[in-house]
Amino acid sequence: MMDYSKLISENISSLAPSGIRKFFDVAAEMKDVISLGVGEPDFVTPWAVREAGIYSLEKGRTHYSANSGLIELRKEICTYLMRKYNLHYNPKTETLVTVGGSEAIDLLIRAIISPGDEVLIPEPCFVCYKPCTIMAGGTPVTIQTEEKDNFKLTAEKLIEKITPKSKLLILPFPNNPTGAVMDREDLEKIAKVVKEHNLFVLSDEIYGELNYTGNPHVPFASIEDMWERTVTVNGFSKAFAMTGWRLGYACGPEPVIKQMTKIHQYAIMCAPTTSQYAAIEAMRSCDDEVEYMRSEYDHRRRVMVNGFREMGLSCFEPLGAFYVFPNISATGLSSEEFATKLLYEKKVAVVPGTAFGESGEGFIRCSYAYSIKNIERALERIGEFVQEYVR
Amino acid sequence: MKNKILSLLESDSRLTSSKIAVMLGIEEGEVKAAIKELEDENVILGYKTIINWELAGRETTTANIEIKLTPQRGGGFDTVAERIYKFPQVKSVTLMSGAYDLLVTVEGKSLKEVAMFVSERLAPMESVVSTATHFELKTYKKDGIFFTEKEEDNREVISI
Repeated sequence: MMDYSKLISENISSLAPSGIRKFFDVAAEMKDVISLGVGEPDFVTPWAVREAGIYSLEKGRTHYSANSGLIELRKEICTYLMRKYNLHYNPKTETLVTVGGSEAIDLLIRAIISPGDEVLIPEPCFVCYKPCTIMAGGTPVTIQTEEKDNFKLTAEKLIEKITPKSKLLILPFPNNPTGAVMDREDLEKIAKVVKEHNLFVLSDEIYGELNYTGNPHVPFASIEDMWERTVTVNGFSKAFAMTGWRLGYACGPEPVIKQMTKIHQYAIMCAPTTSQYAAIEAMRSCDDEVEYMRSEYDHRRRVMVNGFREMGLSCFEPLGAFYVFPNISATGLSSEEFATKLLYEKKVAVVPGTAFGESGEGFIRCSYAYSIKNIERALERIGEFVQEYVR
Repeated sequence: MKNKILSLLESDSRLTSSKIAVMLGIEEGEVKAAIKELEDENVILGYKTIINWELAGRETTTANIEIKLTPQRGGGFDTVAERIYKFPQVKSVTLMSGAYDLLVTVEGKSLKEVAMFVSERLAPMESVVSTATHFELKTYKKDGIFFTEKEEDNREVISI
């Protein structure tokens, strides 16, 4: 008999997020569930983009692209970043097209982290930073952001966790799951600390376009002196509703992008070519569609926040992404209890805050990437549920 | 703000003032006042429902009729357009550039009824030079809504 427990690397088998996975499986199998659980748009990719993908297939463009991605796409990415944020990168040497933003995150961490290096990760956050750090042999050091700070990373909290081994800071804003946004002033304070302590930064700006502050998104690399210390990770999944196409990109200083490209070349070869052709169209002609989706999310966001507040729960007003992160501690239930009971008793699926780190305890993540009708039905059921538990 | 309210109502005329207020982050009173003003100014002309009558089992026939006209002294095309749009069978009348002058949409119970309307009411009008009638066979999309397919949510229940 094969002993698989000896086969699997200890580093990997120790990774698995156990409890939450089980909850997800139950939710996936239950019938007639109203879900607020997804991390992707409900919109379908704009037709012009889908059409460009189809056209590339018709033309037989079914081969590998350059390792770094089609040069045409890299140029479009750089033009886009320049016209939107006045952020300048060289398409030939400072831009890499990846399989989703996720791959870009993995590449950067692997490229710069050696055993013993510490990676600073503000939590709650997207789930991949910690495992990627561990797989690279690094040590994740989490920083707990709080509701009272609007879930922003503060300079004080960052300084507290810095040691001589600190090398990389992850900046996941706009944030999944909290919806928190860091404005220019907030980022400038972080930048000062970054410079002082000689840190490098991975700025995960995948939700950058989905910003409801009324001001344009501020990329961390656009803050003074931060360009040389930052790799900007972004992609097509969220703003362009292209999750299934698996396409993202990383932009940063040449010496870093060069090493990331090396890993990418050996592990992936290149991002899917069809997706790359489609993405060129997205960069060129979809400003109106992106704005339409953003304004739809904005309406739903208000409906959702209002709904939770009317239930008597404290709900921080998210200014980015498409999630709200209400505080459910008034029910006396833990995040996981709340999510599990809500699923069984009311057939509504939400994600327990603890899926995004310990500091998510007491919160649930609800996505508003759903029609208003769906959101209202879900809110009604959650309202009934909350009433039973709040005393 | 008025245009935002209009956009919301255009996509769903059944939205209540209180819901619009929440969606836009303003007071309900402000929404109500704006809608009243827009109605008074004739910016909002009505609230209708988009219906697939074929599925509802009611037979209707719709035709688009291209009409060539000789303009009339004084009124130009307006006088004759008015004489046409006052018929209740006529759903829309638009002045067009190009090969013909008016595009008229007529709805009736049957092909014959619509054809008779054109030959008895429209064609004999003094300034009508010619008509060309095109019957609609199948609606794929109308007012931004797909008639032939329903987009379903095929996402996973939960994803991070």
